[in-house]
Amino acid sequence: MMKLEPAMLKQMVRAVASTRLDEIDCNECLEELDRFVEIELAGKNAAEAMPLVHDHLTRCRDCREEFEALLTVLRILG
Amino acid sequence: MTKRTNQEWLDELRAPGREDTLADLRSLVVRGLRYALAGRASVTEQDLDDFAQDALLKILAGLDSFRGKSRFTTWANRIAINVAFTELRRRKWKDISLQDLVAQHDDRSGFTPVVLTDSAPTPEQQAIQQMMLEKVQQIINDELTERQRTAMMAVMGGMPLKEVARRMGSNSNALYKLLHDARLRLKKRMMAQGLSPQKVLTAFET
Repeated sequence: MMKLEPAMLKQMVRAVASTRLDEIDCNECLEELDRFVEIELAGKNAAEAMPLVHDHLTRCRDCREEFEALLTVLRILG
Repeated sequence: MTKRTNQEWLDELRAPGREDTLADLRSLVVRGLRYALAGRASVTEQDLDDFAQDALLKILAGLDSFRGKSRFTTWANRIAINVAFTELRRRKWKDISLQDLVAQHDDRSGFTPVVLTDSAPTPEQQAIQQMMLEKVQQIINDELTERQRTAMMAVMGGMPLKEVARRMGSNSNALYKLLHDARLRLKKRMMAQGLSPQKVLTAFET
């Protein structure tokens, strides 16, 4: 039987706590990411406009990394 | 570089003799990648060229999928960033096996740290925390498949989802769904046992 170290257990519980039925996967998030970033850059509330994308970005490290990179690029290049 | 509308980008890239447009697109992608990957010492000029080339192929192959909800240049940069980061993650994790990563977080020591939170809990709080952790552990063992447990531990151990999926003979979307199902099952079972995730987290904050 697998016995997890306490830090890992707590991390799992944190992930479980924020779980919702209507999550989107990485492909779905990435497909909407360009629009999400543009809303963000326009100074509007992207989290409110696209809540499922925002939710995915709070739980997916890889997509969040790409979101932050895209935001950086567009901020610099316009 | 010529400023273009979304439709101009699409029309020119679909037309024969599109070399100038391609060159502009390539230049745009390389510039974007340079900023996106700034500070990463392991990324060479050759890498930037290779990433840009792969991105261009993907962009051209996916022109019909561009829906115009954003600027074409934003969409193109998003694809290029995904290409580059996917490859960099593959390189970073290529020598790390799933088994080794999972074993790191499998606590065979039997050692339970006295302090489970930042502040020193009372003996009563410690007992409650310990009981909660044991219950959560039991629920995880009862509710999840071996595959779900392995995937969860690997992702939480830092391995990118796509890398975990590759090692498990799956793809990132299928794996995301597997993990989502796992979290839903855990949540349902924990709630059924009067052990809401929020209650557990709160117990560790006090």
